[in-house]
Amino acid sequence: MNGTKLDKTLNVIFYIFAAGFSLLCLYPFLLVVISSFTDEVTLQQNGYSLFPEKFSIAAYEAIFNTSTIPVAYLVTIFVAVVGTFLSLVLTSTAAYALSGRRLYYATPIALFFYFTMLFSGGMVSSYILVTKYLHLQNTIWVYILPSLLAPWNMFLMRNFFNEIPAGLFEAAKIEGAGELKILTRIVLPLSLPALATIGLFYALAYWSSWTPAMLYIDNPKLFSLQYIIMQIIRNIDMAQTIAVNGVPQGTTPVAPAYTVRLATAMVTVGPIIFLYPYLQRYFVGGLKVGAIKG
Amino acid sequence: MASRKAAGAEPGRQRLIRHKGLRDLIMNRYLYLLVLPAVLFSIVFAYLPLVGLAIAFQDFNPIKGIFGSKFIGLDNFKFFFRGHDWLIITGNTVMFNLMFIVTGTICALTIAIVLTELGKNLFVRTMQSVMILPNFISWPIVGLFSVAFFTADTGVINRFLSSLSFGTIDFYTDAKVWPFIFVLLNIWKTAGFGAIVYMAAIVGIDKEMYEAARIDGATRMQSIFRITLPMLKSTIVMLFLLSLGGIFGGNLEMVYSLVGDNSFLYQTTDTIDTYVFRSLRTAGSLGMSQAVSLYQSVVGFILVVLANKLAKKVDEDSAIF
Repeated sequence: MNGTKLDKTLNVIFYIFAAGFSLLCLYPFLLVVISSFTDEVTLQQNGYSLFPEKFSIAAYEAIFNTSTIPVAYLVTIFVAVVGTFLSLVLTSTAAYALSGRRLYYATPIALFFYFTMLFSGGMVSSYILVTKYLHLQNTIWVYILPSLLAPWNMFLMRNFFNEIPAGLFEAAKIEGAGELKILTRIVLPLSLPALATIGLFYALAYWSSWTPAMLYIDNPKLFSLQYIIMQIIRNIDMAQTIAVNGVPQGTTPVAPAYTVRLATAMVTVGPIIFLYPYLQRYFVGGLKVGAIKG
Repeated sequence: MASRKAAGAEPGRQRLIRHKGLRDLIMNRYLYLLVLPAVLFSIVFAYLPLVGLAIAFQDFNPIKGIFGSKFIGLDNFKFFFRGHDWLIITGNTVMFNLMFIVTGTICALTIAIVLTELGKNLFVRTMQSVMILPNFISWPIVGLFSVAFFTADTGVINRFLSSLSFGTIDFYTDAKVWPFIFVLLNIWKTAGFGAIVYMAAIVGIDKEMYEAARIDGATRMQSIFRITLPMLKSTIVMLFLLSLGGIFGGNLEMVYSLVGDNSFLYQTTDTIDTYVFRSLRTAGSLGMSQAVSLYQSVVGFILVVLANKLAKKVDEDSAIF
């Protein structure tokens, strides 16, 4: 009797704990969404609030009336789409070749990739390689090429491929299919959860990328969204420029510089939040595949 | 399997080539071709930069290049280890990572246990989705969000403090508060996602044990502490040890997004990565930055190998290599 009563109390406590932590996770998003729709003067006088006195869409108008953010959006979408595609090609071909321990040299090759996760030549070397030898500075490829392959993702995918019954490959081989055909016609269609999970990891990494812009890019037309975020966090001038140029003269008493910053954050996380519910069911399944070992 | 079958189809050639590896290279040439692009990529972007580690021992001059600059032995290292900076950035790096590992493990574990105890319904699943969401938000965005909380006059925290008539905190000049903020934000961002691994491990525990315990009159708390936690012990120990290997690793994204180049806060926020990143962008000595990178790589490598050895001792199957 006493035990079940205690269990019920415990259930309530667990619910309160879980709900509390969820609210903590959600609160910053809500605060920033609502603040980005707040009138600039209200924000400056009353501070950030979930229940502002006066709403305004001036910040979003400013963002879409000037070219900085839309151009950065295009750059970021290009980087994320092309980068994710190329990364998945490179990752899945390597993962397929190393799966199933078919190759005599599979273990040394795996170690060759694993070592790159443990030991790096440092930022200075990468900088010299990219600028002096590959001449990627001030091109959009500097976001993509240096981060095409994440060995961890490759091992994750290989472990997934390992689970596919070898009999399937052999049957296809007897029918005369080449390795590339087996990969594209049999293995990849069977591995959609893994592709979705790993594609999501790559896409997020490209979407979040800002260090290449900071180190290698001077041309404002090639800035990524996240780099613009990094700049406007501490430098109000940039947001001020967007706010002043984006809002028609005389429509607002104050240029919406602070709300432009928040609105920029919202348009940057927007795609992630919208795609999130569709992708989530994949990655929870895909993650169970396990880590590097295999 | 596949290669043996294929080998059977070409018995003549198999007999001609004695060397096992060479035979495999020819037999499976298309598979090797498939792995080749990734190998070439790694050679260019991961192995070639290793040559640049030589810069650590040079008075590096970008115009003369790696092969023309003067060799100065360990001078870069001597310079770095003579000052106090190396103690500060090493201490901060190790301390942050240790705190992240310990608090992250505890929180992820608690969330995993609480969520599994609550069972599966739409509400619980929604809560889990919300908890995982911060993991997908980049640090620059978190940095921008954090401004809403920490700004001196309009920030949420200071308005809350002043409404209770406590004094306000000037976050961007107060070095003491940042280690706590890093820990809290790290929990916020990673705990929900980290719980996935533990939840998968809990699902794997034999249900009959709980059933038997319940019949014997065990309370739910007892089930958690006497069954769930002991059964998770090896998973916890493993993940803990393996993450120990990374305690020399960087938190560049996090630290730089949250505080940037704020010299008021270096004492408590500067890490090895931010130190190198800063000297790369300002007119610092590239030779010395590279010496710091090499120091980080070597110690980090040793730690990974040690952690892996320890992990192997605890559980043969859990070691990575």
